[in-house]
Amino acid sequence: MLTIENLHAEVDGAGGAKPILKGLSLEVAAGEIHAIMGPNGAGKSTLAHVLGGKPGYEVTGGSVSFKGEDLFALDPHERAATGLFLGFQYPVEIPGVSNVQFLREALNAQRKFRGEEPLSGGEFLKLAKEKAGLLKMDMEMLKRQVNVGFSGGEKKRAEMVQMGILDPSFAVLDETDSGLDIDALRVVGEGINSIMRSGDKGVLLITHYQRLLDVVKPDRVSVLAGGRIVETGGPELALRLEQEGYDTVMANA
Amino acid sequence: MPEAATLPTKRDEAWRYADIPALERLGAGALDQWQDVAVAAGDTWRKVMIVGGSAPELHRIRLTVAEGARAELFATNVGGDFTRLEVEVTLGKGAHFEFGGVTIGGGDAVREFVTTTIHAEPNGTSNQIVRSVHWDTGTGNFLGEIKVARDAQKTDAAQDFKGLLLEAGASANAVPQLEIYADDVKCAHGATVGQLDEAARYYMAARGLSPDQAQRLLVQAFIGDAFVELEDEAHRDELLNVALTALEGAKL
Repeated sequence: MLTIENLHAEVDGAGGAKPILKGLSLEVAAGEIHAIMGPNGAGKSTLAHVLGGKPGYEVTGGSVSFKGEDLFALDPHERAATGLFLGFQYPVEIPGVSNVQFLREALNAQRKFRGEEPLSGGEFLKLAKEKAGLLKMDMEMLKRQVNVGFSGGEKKRAEMVQMGILDPSFAVLDETDSGLDIDALRVVGEGINSIMRSGDKGVLLITHYQRLLDVVKPDRVSVLAGGRIVETGGPELALRLEQEGYDTVMANA
Repeated sequence: MPEAATLPTKRDEAWRYADIPALERLGAGALDQWQDVAVAAGDTWRKVMIVGGSAPELHRIRLTVAEGARAELFATNVGGDFTRLEVEVTLGKGAHFEFGGVTIGGGDAVREFVTTTIHAEPNGTSNQIVRSVHWDTGTGNFLGEIKVARDAQKTDAAQDFKGLLLEAGASANAVPQLEIYADDVKCAHGATVGQLDEAARYYMAARGLSPDQAQRLLVQAFIGDAFVELEDEAHRDELLNVALTALEGAKL
């Protein structure tokens, strides 16, 4: 479903462009939840933003194919409409725009791109209510401005409500577990399962911790270090990382 | 010679950012065209204006707001040429003046709001919010003068200006001026000029909104502040829609 081949990318910074991804290859099949773990600075968030098309992140080599299409031939909003969802590590606040208006316009923009009819206001609210309920989020929160005044945990929960409403075929979730307490982590993890656990969907789950993986249960786990995937295995790899640390596991890779 | 027969120059403080050649095309006669409005004690006067077209425009309104009365003026300025809305308001005891204005546009036109708020008696309040969105070499100005007379104690006056420039070359100017003779008053003013939030644009794109949809939504949120105090929803939508239609001429 998502095939990354020999990806090289650099990020604009104060000291000029800095290479971060250095020949990253990875394949995620439909029906698969694939966890990416790795030490700080390995390039995990860079991978998410390169896939999302964030300005300032330049691809210098390699390719990414998404559902058979060249991902980099699509603009960021076209990637979303093609079914790619990017869950942000730091969701952005948009003062003056309500979640309801934002998500309805976003969903209908995606539907239009795919040649589907737009949802009416009533249809949208019904859908939003259902997905907010799934994540145990009060509908009143959805009437508020996008992420404004939300706590770290509420922002992450709101990301998952957005994912539920937009119903993507593939999600790249960048440290969706950071900032969550144990109860919220369970709610969010179960949300990921119910929204994305499907034979025709895929997930790239970027995380530091085993806690979320206890709930989501990945099919595959890869270790990202130094801008490349250094090891891929089953769920037991995440447990080994948790017990032995990155240094030991990578030394044996 | 009557005062208005002479055209002002940029040396006049209230005209320093004006397009004087455009004013010349309009002619000195336009300076005499004051619309006088007296709001009786306890009454509420409300006006919604859409100003600006393909030729220069000058609108001058003089408001006298009696004790406990309220004057509200909301305007969208979409001038394709020099367009200036001037308001001079004199507030009686406990009277209130509410102003919300949006200037929006590209090209090389100057659009401006110029207000003189005279708190002549005690307990008067005023609140002014202006938002300017420009591109090309378009300009938006807000010149707001607040005068508080010696016995106008407990005056509470606020001005807030924000400019949003979509391109290098566009400009926004805010000139707050305070002249305060009373000693127990509150006069707040703030002015900032910025660009569209890149992080918000990327976030919106990641949810499927095209660059022009994201820009429209962000501009709508930005200018919405100016009309928050306008209760009539149909009027509010009209002022916003005129502004957002003008935005369609903007580059991304």
